[in-house]
Amino acid sequence: MMAPADDSVAPRAHPVSSEVTRMTIAISIKDLHKTYANGHQALKGVNLDVSEGDFFALLGPNGAGKSTTIGVISTLVRQTSGTVTVYGRNVETHVYETKLDLGIVPQEVNFSLFEKVADIVMTQAGYYGLPRPLARERTEKYLRKLGLWDKRDNRARMLSGGMKRRLMIARALVHEPRLLILDEPTAGVDIELRRSMWDFLQEINRNGTTIILTTHYLEEAETLCRNIAIIDEGRIIENTSMKKLLDKLDSQTLIFDLRHEIEETAFAALGLDRARWVDPCTFEIDIGCDEDINCIFAQLEDGSIGVKGMRNKTNRLEQLFLSRLKGA
Amino acid sequence: MQANYKYIAFETILIKEIRRFARIWVQTLVPPAITIGLYFLIFGNLIGRRIGDMGGYGYMEFIVPGLIMMAVIQNSYANVVSSFFSQKFQRSIEELLVSPVPNYVILCGFVAGGVARGLAVGFIVMLMSFAFADLSIHSFPVTIIVVVMTAVVFSLAGFLNALFANSFDDISIIPTFVLTPLIYLGGVFYSVELLPSAGRIVSSFNPIFYMVNTFRYGILGTSDVNIYSSLGMLTLFVAILYGFSLYLLRKGTGLRH
Repeated sequence: MMAPADDSVAPRAHPVSSEVTRMTIAISIKDLHKTYANGHQALKGVNLDVSEGDFFALLGPNGAGKSTTIGVISTLVRQTSGTVTVYGRNVETHVYETKLDLGIVPQEVNFSLFEKVADIVMTQAGYYGLPRPLARERTEKYLRKLGLWDKRDNRARMLSGGMKRRLMIARALVHEPRLLILDEPTAGVDIELRRSMWDFLQEINRNGTTIILTTHYLEEAETLCRNIAIIDEGRIIENTSMKKLLDKLDSQTLIFDLRHEIEETAFAALGLDRARWVDPCTFEIDIGCDEDINCIFAQLEDGSIGVKGMRNKTNRLEQLFLSRLKGA
Repeated sequence: MQANYKYIAFETILIKEIRRFARIWVQTLVPPAITIGLYFLIFGNLIGRRIGDMGGYGYMEFIVPGLIMMAVIQNSYANVVSSFFSQKFQRSIEELLVSPVPNYVILCGFVAGGVARGLAVGFIVMLMSFAFADLSIHSFPVTIIVVVMTAVVFSLAGFLNALFANSFDDISIIPTFVLTPLIYLGGVFYSVELLPSAGRIVSSFNPIFYMVNTFRYGILGTSDVNIYSSLGMLTLFVAILYGFSLYLLRKGTGLRH
């Protein structure tokens, strides 16, 4: 289990004034194109700015171009055209400076499974030029933080899937980058661990680390991220704040769990607009974003129907995400 | 990246490489020792007695430098090709590629790892040779220079093989079909004087022939080749292979999309 987040073990704060924070762009992507050797056009003019200190979601279906975009940022993929700048420096011309600012957590496990857990993190620290005493200190700090300290002498192949993901996060943080990019970091991780990873990521973000997250768990993006971009077929089709995006939701489907059973005919007699009987204890209803939900409760009360609980049928962001993809 | 950071990165790659081949010592250090030990026993001790002198030395003394060189060549090549390709295959090379380590430091780190294994195996074989032959080193500087440069050349060659390789088959083709014939025809077991004139001409195109003979000069003081031109050729090989490897690394061949 991961240790609770606290300031003493969180990555270093990047001291910037609030004015600078507002103005500084952590990463800027301009007209990015990528065509692979087999002719597949993965990126078709991606434009994106992420401000310093942001917790940013980059969402998209499989094959939309998320990993290619991250590949270009990390220089593992060479763009066909366009530019990527990290804190104002071009990743192609200022290779070393920009890489010092970047921490990458890839989608797939990419460490040697035959090495010891601590050695993997120590080696990465060495690649960033950290002297051994500091590397050892940081390794202990992040392995403890991510609940892997007890496994430090284990070979990486002995770790569970969730532990391997946490090891990749520890490895990406060992040089304490200003910008952390996580490509589906919680895929295959159980719910409890996912929540503790959220706490951890929120904590390091509060301490100044800019985070870009790609995920298939839209609840995760909605919980963690302040701004969001949706990429589809190599193009950004939505780029706004999470709040503004959720405000665009025209309607939502609510599910009501009833205290007592009600037959379909009796339910129909209530005359609830856009409501559907699901089973004797459940019905669902579509509500417009401007509609008052109290009138539904009033109608239910008139019919002497008690409500035990109410919930969204689908995640709101998921609803929007699907509608935007269909729209595109 | 500052010079001391680059040094730390280089040291990290080197330590990782040494740790790797030391961890699997049963696969990396023991087999060449056993194989070369058998060469000593069968070719040097049993058959060698019937062959008599070669190049003015007993046959056992004659083949010891060649066998040491053979171990160095095979192991420096094998270390880099297998380590670098495994990292490519497992994608763990990405952790190095996304870091700020300059390409030449990556190259030097892997080559130093290959040299370390080549020299480690060469040292083991040399210790074993003392049980079979009474050797003294004729020229210590020539011996050291030629063995290190040879290990560098074949580490670089192994690196190039790994860059182009797409499967594990690709990393065994060159050692099997190119390296082994060149080594066996490179004067490890015989003096070029025994060959007909056509054979001598063919041998003169085999770079390993020069390396083995120069090393033999360092140990025994006798050689079929000119030492200086041989060292010059080694320097040229190092420069060409290093430059080409660095060019491919910069280009991202086999590593970046």
